[in-house]
Amino acid sequence: MGNDAVFRVGGLRKSFGHIEVLGGVSLELHAGELTVLMGANGAGKSTLVKIISGVYDHGGGSMSLAGQDFAPKTPAEAIRAGVVTVHQNINDGVVADLDVATNLTLDRLSGSGVPTLFNPGRVRREAKAVADRMGLAIDLKARISDLSLADRQMVAIARAMAHRPKVLILDEPTSSLSSAEADRLFALLDRLRQQGVAILYISHRMSDIRRLADRIISMRDGVISGIFDKKPLDYEGAVNAMLGRKIQLERIVARNSAKAIFTADALRIAEGARPIWLTLGDGEVVAITGLVGVGKTALAETLFGLRKPLSGTMVLNGKPYAPASTGEAIAAGVFLVAKDRGENGIIGDFNIQENISLPFHSRMSRLGVLKRGIERAVARQQIQELGIVCRSERDEMASLSGGNQQKVMVARWMSQAARLFILDEPFQGVDISARRDIAAKLRASAHGRATLLFVTELDEALETADRILVMSEQTIVGEHRNTDVDLERLLAEVAGGPLHSAA
Amino acid sequence: MILRDHAIRYGFIVLLFGLIAYFAVAADGFVSPQSAVFIFQSVAITGVLALGVTATLVVGGFDLSIGSVATSAMMAAAYVMVVLEQNAVVAVVVCLVIGAVVGLINGWLIVYMRVPDLLATLGMMFLLVGLQRIPTEGRSIATGMTMPDGSVANGTFGAAFLALGRHRFDFFIPNLIPVSVVVLLVLAVLIWFFLEYTRFGRMMYAVGSNERAAELAGAPVKAYKIWAYVISGVFASIGGILLAARLGRGDIASGNNLLLDAVAAALIGYAVLGAAKPNAFGTAVGAVFVGVLLQGLTMMNAPYYTQDFVKGVVLVVALVFTFALSGRGRR
Repeated sequence: MGNDAVFRVGGLRKSFGHIEVLGGVSLELHAGELTVLMGANGAGKSTLVKIISGVYDHGGGSMSLAGQDFAPKTPAEAIRAGVVTVHQNINDGVVADLDVATNLTLDRLSGSGVPTLFNPGRVRREAKAVADRMGLAIDLKARISDLSLADRQMVAIARAMAHRPKVLILDEPTSSLSSAEADRLFALLDRLRQQGVAILYISHRMSDIRRLADRIISMRDGVISGIFDKKPLDYEGAVNAMLGRKIQLERIVARNSAKAIFTADALRIAEGARPIWLTLGDGEVVAITGLVGVGKTALAETLFGLRKPLSGTMVLNGKPYAPASTGEAIAAGVFLVAKDRGENGIIGDFNIQENISLPFHSRMSRLGVLKRGIERAVARQQIQELGIVCRSERDEMASLSGGNQQKVMVARWMSQAARLFILDEPFQGVDISARRDIAAKLRASAHGRATLLFVTELDEALETADRILVMSEQTIVGEHRNTDVDLERLLAEVAGGPLHSAA
Repeated sequence: MILRDHAIRYGFIVLLFGLIAYFAVAADGFVSPQSAVFIFQSVAITGVLALGVTATLVVGGFDLSIGSVATSAMMAAAYVMVVLEQNAVVAVVVCLVIGAVVGLINGWLIVYMRVPDLLATLGMMFLLVGLQRIPTEGRSIATGMTMPDGSVANGTFGAAFLALGRHRFDFFIPNLIPVSVVVLLVLAVLIWFFLEYTRFGRMMYAVGSNERAAELAGAPVKAYKIWAYVISGVFASIGGILLAARLGRGDIASGNNLLLDAVAAALIGYAVLGAAKPNAFGTAVGAVFVGVLLQGLTMMNAPYYTQDFVKGVVLVVALVFTFALSGRGRR
């Protein structure tokens, strides 16, 4: 490992309001080396990237590039200095309606010293030079909108590389690529590595990380929680540094369940994935954990009737269960608290009461007319039971804190009795006390239904569940009773070691 | 802050009453039952259309085809009675069916063909404007007209149908309230009740505010959207029936202003009571507001060609109320 770090970050800090997102981050990137940055949602990865790429100002600390001070005020400045970022959303990196050649040279179309007239011949020549250097085999006249996602990604990276950067940052570049497409990307990255580019690669996909990483840096809660650069790389250690237990919390008493409420038989939720067997019992709280993108949300959506399984069957209450819509799932007693409440849960124009009653209008109305008295009584009861902090049930959602908003989302689905209660990342963007309240309420009310949680953070699973299942590569790879969990085995499963070694 | 809240909430209503007070002093005869009825009558048809388009605004859509649905319904009513020599009931049913079918097609284009709402209904508008001219080769329809094949159309508008445009109910004063005003009031109450008090209306608002969340709460989002366009189409066709009954002929040149006036009323409605969202009560108030303003200005001898300008000013002011002052337009 050289001491000749091309890019150095020292003690970087950043706060939004009172919330500290980065609490002194230091890292180095070396020429010709690919460094993987790992971290759960909210660990501060994207904030770090945005500071490096000039989108945000930093709130303390320093950065240097090739020995020189580096403090970009705009993304354009960062690019000119030689730090180029390819963001997660591929379509942010390319202009869909233009052809490949124009996209590759897009950054030369503006700025000072650029001729006013657009010269197609020159653009094509320059684009060809860029494409050749990158070994890009794409028709330069093709329109971006006609290309596959992988090809667009290649163009976005090639476009970034046209600046001949010293540092290239890739934010989850494979999140929407198939594995064959990803292989092409990896070959390209290998070539860039040989050309001496320092690459910072952000990803959750363990298979990518195993294929590419020279070093791994784990982030957690705004600080670097582990640096791994000894070969062979300690992947489990990296996952542990990112997700492992922080503090010993009070143990929960794991319960057993005698009566199965829900079973899934050989369910396949993705092409090429191994089937899933799953049994959930009455009164049981089960947590499914795994990294981002391993299929947790896909499984939740399959159970809730939002997507169809590729194969396999489900049984609920002893009867076959194959919901064609969310409406059917709800009628059968399967409720889902979807992840990302702002996107999937909250009706912004509605107050608390109206948000809580949303799925159960038909049970609260006669001849189609809503009974507002019942609606209000239900809302008041839920506000009290979950301890939602508000002035009244008619408060606007926007006036609530994140934790209280999430409580409203949980309250919405707790207001009626479920048979299978699914919560996808229920603790995301929720403060610790609200998280405890919700978890306690889930456990206290668990009787009479099966409760299934999808969480990325291990702590959340260990704190709430009777049983913990591990997902990797769109299937379930491990099961643990939450009494004496073998954390090492669990982390190895999360890190997606060779599949046959996982139970 | 309290003052500002009150300004947002009651500002437009106060403005309306201020206008009425001003015209009451400045224009002779403005405050009289006849004048009030005239105002309502002048906005009845646009008001009905505006209530319909409110339904599509509630689900987060828009319907630009309402004006042409209304004129198509008018031409269809005339064609059915004058050329096909059918009675009033048949004419009314045909109009309503046209409105429902156009609404279904609009909804289908938007929901299943994924055409953006403005474009789909714009296309439908052009299509209908053209379609209504084809049966008569671009001529207006009236009794005694010569058809393209040389025959003469001898049917007449039935008395029952014309009554829709000309009959007046007694209300303290004999022959005071026209049918069209009654229709407007009934439809306004109906759609207001539907949107505010039924679970279907509530879910339509949910769809308009966060479609994904509504779907995850079990709502058949596509069906709700299509229904909204059907409501809009049917209301527009009712407007067309009233228009035909008032004119007594199928006038190819009438109804040009219907779309813009109706949309303006619905958008002005956003500002009423600080709702900052489409609502039936606001739409009705918006329509009346425009009516009061135009009637007052007319009685003060403002030239007719300033009308559109005045309407535009009112609309812009209302939109500022909604989006800048209340701050709820922001997402």
